[in-house]
Formats: sequence, C-alpha cells, structure tokens
Amino acid sequence: MEEKLMKTCLHDRHVKQGALMSPFGGFDMPIQYTNITDEHNAVRQHVGVFDVSHMGEVRVKGPEAEKYVNHIFVNDVTGAPDGQIFYGMMCYENGGTVDDLLVYKVHDDEFFLVINAANIDKDVAWIKKNAEGYDVTVTDESPIYGEVAIQGPEAEDTVEKVLGLKVKDIAFYNFLEIPSEGETIIVSRTGYTGEDGFEIYASHEYIQRVWDKLMEAGVVPCGLGCRDTLRFEVGLPLYGDELSADITPIEASLSMFVKLDKPEFIGKEALAKQKAEGVKHRIVGIELEGNAIPRHGYPVEVDGKQVGEITTGYRSISTGKSVAMAMIDKPYDKLGTEVEVRIRKKTFPGKVVKKRFYDKSYKK
Amino acid sequence: MSKVLDNLLYSDSHEWVSVDGDVATVGISDYAQHALGSIVYVDVPEEGDEVTAGEEFGAVESVKAASDLISPVSGEVIEVNEALADEPGAINNDAFGAWIMKVRMSDPSEVEKLLDAAAYAKLCEE
Repeated sequence: MEEKLMKTCLHDRHVKQGALMSPFGGFDMPIQYTNITDEHNAVRQHVGVFDVSHMGEVRVKGPEAEKYVNHIFVNDVTGAPDGQIFYGMMCYENGGTVDDLLVYKVHDDEFFLVINAANIDKDVAWIKKNAEGYDVTVTDESPIYGEVAIQGPEAEDTVEKVLGLKVKDIAFYNFLEIPSEGETIIVSRTGYTGEDGFEIYASHEYIQRVWDKLMEAGVVPCGLGCRDTLRFEVGLPLYGDELSADITPIEASLSMFVKLDKPEFIGKEALAKQKAEGVKHRIVGIELEGNAIPRHGYPVEVDGKQVGEITTGYRSISTGKSVAMAMIDKPYDKLGTEVEVRIRKKTFPGKVVKKRFYDKSYKK
Repeated sequence: MSKVLDNLLYSDSHEWVSVDGDVATVGISDYAQHALGSIVYVDVPEEGDEVTAGEEFGAVESVKAASDLISPVSGEVIEVNEALADEPGAINNDAFGAWIMKVRMSDPSEVEKLLDAAAYAKLCEE
C-alpha cells in the first residue's frame, strides 16, 4: 500500500528549481538541488536555506502549561524566561523515546513544541492523551505553519538584510514573536547544522515570500541530504537513527538534557535507574582508518564478535574522514577501543571516538 | 542525456563490458554515474578474487548511499584500477575511461547474454 505523500507550501518551488525529490517523514521533500557536497559547504562557509515546513508544531496553553510540559518533557522548563527554547525528549514510561523536540516558552501559560514530521500523528496523540487531568489545551498547529531554516556564518546578515528582520539581538536558543506583513511570525536562533542560524515559522504565504526573496538574493537552497551530513558531523541525533522507542536518551548519550532532579516526568523512574545502574549499550563515535564508508545498520565487531551497529555514517564532507555514530555494547564504548566495521564482505579497522567530528560554531 | 558507447556491451544493472579475447574490462555506465551523483568511494575487488556473473563484486558510493556493483561475467580478477582509490570522481568525469576491474573469463559465452548499445540505450530511456 502506497501512502499519499504530503507536500509543503514550497513544494512547487522545489520541483520548478529541479530538486531531486524523495519521501521523508510522510512528505515529498527535496534531497538536493545541485549536489550534497556543495550545499553542505555553502552552509559551513556562507549561508544556505532549508525548507523544514514538514516539521510539526503543537501549542500547549492553559494555567497548568508549565507543569504539563514538565510532565511530558525530560528537560526542565521551570521558571524559564519568556523567549527561551529547550531541546529535549518525550519518553515512554520505560524510558524509550517518543520523539526529540524543541520547546519554546511563550509565556508561563503557553508553550510551542516543535516535533519531527514522521512523528506528528504519534506525538499529538501522546501529548493529548497525557494532558488528561491537566488544565491545558493542546492544538496541533502543524497545518498552519510553514518553516524555513537559514543556516551558516552569514545567516544573521542574510536575515537582517534580505528579509529586513531585526534578529541580531536574539540569543542562541531564544526566539522572538515579530509582527511582520500583517501576521505574527516566530524567529528563533536555532538549527540542525552546528552553524549559527535562524528558523522562521509563519503562514504558508509568508514562507513562500521568504523563499522567493532568498532565492532572488542568491542564497543557496539546501536539501535534506546535506541537512543530514551537517547534523551528523556535529553529533546531533536523528530520530530513527540515534533515538527511537527502543533507545533512551541515556543510551543516546544525551543525559545532559534529562533533568532527573525534577519532581516527576514520564519515564523518570526508568531513566534514573538506567543512569544509576549504567546502560548496556550507548551511542558513540567511530573513526575508520581507511576510506570505506560505514552506513546505517553495518555491524561493529571486536575479535570477530558483533558488539554493536552503525546508526549513521558518512565520509565527512568537512574533514574527509570516514566516521560514524554507532550503538555499542559496554565495555567496548570506551574512547580509544579498537573495533572493526563490517562493510559488505570485508572488515575495516577503526576506533571509538567522541561523537563530534566537526566543531560547532554557534554564536552564543 | 547520458552517453552510450557503441563498441561496448552492457548489463541491465548498468555495468559496461569491453571484451578482448577471454579478458573482460568492467566499469559502470555514464547513466549509472549520473544517477549516483558525486562518487566518493569505490570498493574494488582484489586481484585473484573470483567473481560470478550476476553477483556483487564491490560497490560505488555517493555521499548518501552505497550501490552494489554486479559482475556481468564470471572468472578471476586479474587487475583492478587502483587509481580509483585516490580519485573515485574519475568515474563521474569519464565513466567509460575509468574502468574498475579486468576479469579472465571462465565462460566467455556469458557475454552473449549482455545487451548491445542499442538495447542498453533503450533500457536507459524507460
């Protein structure tokens, strides 16, 4: 059975611009316009723009909004200033991950959640189900919003000059609601590339105008192909690869976002136990000696015995090295452990390294 | 529009074959390199390896994905194009010049099952 793919508000433009289109998260999305390497380098060195309108948006409003968000979210939003953004996960009781998301604090009684496209239906059902007994309303606003991500060292200049938005003073992981062209848009200093950048949420028509202005100014359109190579190089997880219902945030080596000192949240007990007793396996980085490229699902071995598998792997565009993130059994997850990655019929030597293959250059 | 050379034979998995006596030189077609995009790694066999018609003998990789190479003939690998290790992009530049392996065929009649240029050009149009 073939599911009907959804289209973002920029779909026609991608097709007209000759993008290679492919299904992602239920949407027909651009993978590349020219090639992944050029688009990747545009973001690292200058600026590029992504259509990320496939992402989901959920608004939680009501007197108990803060208490409720803290109930479903592993990070701690207590007493945060308006305009702050938190990264974190929603977990099941057993600690497995429902999704990773951004939480925007609008006011004490209003939060804006940004979730992965492939998980919208599942997440909305989860968020609504767990809202029972809390004085909040949950609204799926995904159909209303288009979204673009403008990323790279020249992003601030581009947003200020090409789009005429005052964003210079927005701090990293903060946002502003800006009245513009008859509506209120959301602009945040966030992204998924390891570079400075902004994400803009607005009506479909507004986002279409933004795209057209950026194209006119010569900003490089970037597809999901380089979105993956960029996020991978700086060790950011992708739900489905490094996080899933079977992978907890602790196992994904994302403990820093799990605030076990909060009074309660769904999954706390399981995650606290895992943190205290140690995990059986966790996500680490692997660097290969040669040029062979490790891919998702390839086995990782020690002394001929499988001890894990690759979750994402590439020849890093920025460094030229063959590197991967992998889920590795203890005790082989220790830095410097020598492993072999099975690639087709052969094995290739490598070692466990930190899962950051390129340094982030956020503007904080 | 991708190129198809008249003097070569082709497999339906987009490898090309140039036959000289019982030696087959094998590469991937211009159509294949175009479909793959920038090639960043070629996994070649080793001299002395046995390859079998219809079975995988290596892979070409773009940034995004690995694609198996399927041998069009059976026999022993007598030479591999070592230059591809340093310059995998040579396949993008000249798919018919950047050969991958030479095979001493154990059954030269296998090439009769391959497509000629006209049949292959038609396959690429479909």
